[in-house]
Amino acid sequence: MSACPDKEVLLHGLLDGELDAANAQACEAHLKTCPGCAEVFGELQALSGRLSAPGVGYRAPAALRQRVEAMAEGPAAPRRRLRAAAPWALSGTFAAIAASLALVMLQPNTMALEDQLVASHVRSTLAAHLVDVETSDRHVVKPWFNGRIDFAPPVIELADRGYPLAGGRLDYVGDRVVAALVYRRNRHVINLFVWPTKPGLSLAPGPARRSGYSVAHWRSGGLEFWAVSDVDPRDLEAFHQAFANRMQS
Amino acid sequence: MTGRILPFGPLMAARPDPAGAAFVLPFRAKRPATTDETPLDPGEAERFRRLILPHLDGTYSFARFLCRDASLAEDLVQDAFLKAYRGFRGFRGGEPRAWLFAIVRTSHLTSVRRRSEPSADPEVLETMASDADTPEAALLRQGEVDAVRGAIESLPEPFREALVLRELEELSYREIAEITSAPIGTVMSRLARARTMLLAALPLEETRP
Repeated sequence: MSACPDKEVLLHGLLDGELDAANAQACEAHLKTCPGCAEVFGELQALSGRLSAPGVGYRAPAALRQRVEAMAEGPAAPRRRLRAAAPWALSGTFAAIAASLALVMLQPNTMALEDQLVASHVRSTLAAHLVDVETSDRHVVKPWFNGRIDFAPPVIELADRGYPLAGGRLDYVGDRVVAALVYRRNRHVINLFVWPTKPGLSLAPGPARRSGYSVAHWRSGGLEFWAVSDVDPRDLEAFHQAFANRMQS
Repeated sequence: MTGRILPFGPLMAARPDPAGAAFVLPFRAKRPATTDETPLDPGEAERFRRLILPHLDGTYSFARFLCRDASLAEDLVQDAFLKAYRGFRGFRGGEPRAWLFAIVRTSHLTSVRRRSEPSADPEVLETMASDADTPEAALLRQGEVDAVRGAIESLPEPFREALVLRELEELSYREIAEITSAPIGTVMSRLARARTMLLAALPLEETRP
């Protein structure tokens, strides 16, 4: 199947977030009614996910990094190098650690749930503790949670929709241990927190944005789902739809 | 980032695109940095390290995909950071990567010409077959990452650079147009063709367990 010839360029524009609101809406509406375009768009999303997967881009070799950093210290002032380099190189790391500690220590259980989730998301990306089990294979992630928590989070593959699974992690949110499934969207991380629904709680409002992070919440099969990411809110909503659809099928 | 959501209609017919052609880099990479050769003061040097150095990996990745050679890429990047350091006073802000990538690209095109390889004129390259792996050969390489890298490297240069800047570096169409000195309409058509070629070279089934 192939895309409508007059829509093909628009699909790329939509994928790249380069359409204005009116065109984006029209294009999204067309995707709902045209299986050909929807299929091509799905292929483009999946391709995009594979191209931006970690490891495809190259990293600068260590020797090159040393030479460039030494050069940036200024060839004219070699004596300054040690004194100047250390605080500069470390200050970022210390700031990150201090910030994440502050998130943990200063704001205990009184934090709103969404804030806790965002803090947990930020910690997961700062502290090199994104995943406990690192794999894109759901058949590995799902059993990993067995015995570690008292419920079975649905682990769903969405690589073909542009959200490859990166792994799973245990986290602690709202006074309980929760499952965190980690997905990637291009170079961004989506943390999907899952725990059983407590009876009697009302449903929280839909997509929200807190301090630059998008938050999406839904409930399904007796479980609470909270997706947190720094992706565009529309991307996170698309992730929610893709996840919910596949969970039902 | 400059405006990511662009009015789409006028861009569709862009070739030549006067808006894109008129878009000028904050700092012209081709201009020799002769204006001010005095060393940066500690504050300026600090600012250089904070703004420019974090893009070392991205710049190396772009250079590597551009010239498809590890040691050439190292030379290009080291040279680009030296030029950027010396010309840092000319940096007017904006996306630092657009500035660095334009420097890398200019050096690359210069060194390609010096090695008397086929003309680096994009119009010629666009119709010329690539000398790297064919997509089929790329697929024979082991592993998903190698397959994806190989497929990217098999694209002819104008398509390859547009694709890497968009998909790996996540730059906007306008920034890609600046870096590659091409109208936005041309960037869009290169990107669409690059993706079509990659979809053919990298069937989706390859990722499914």
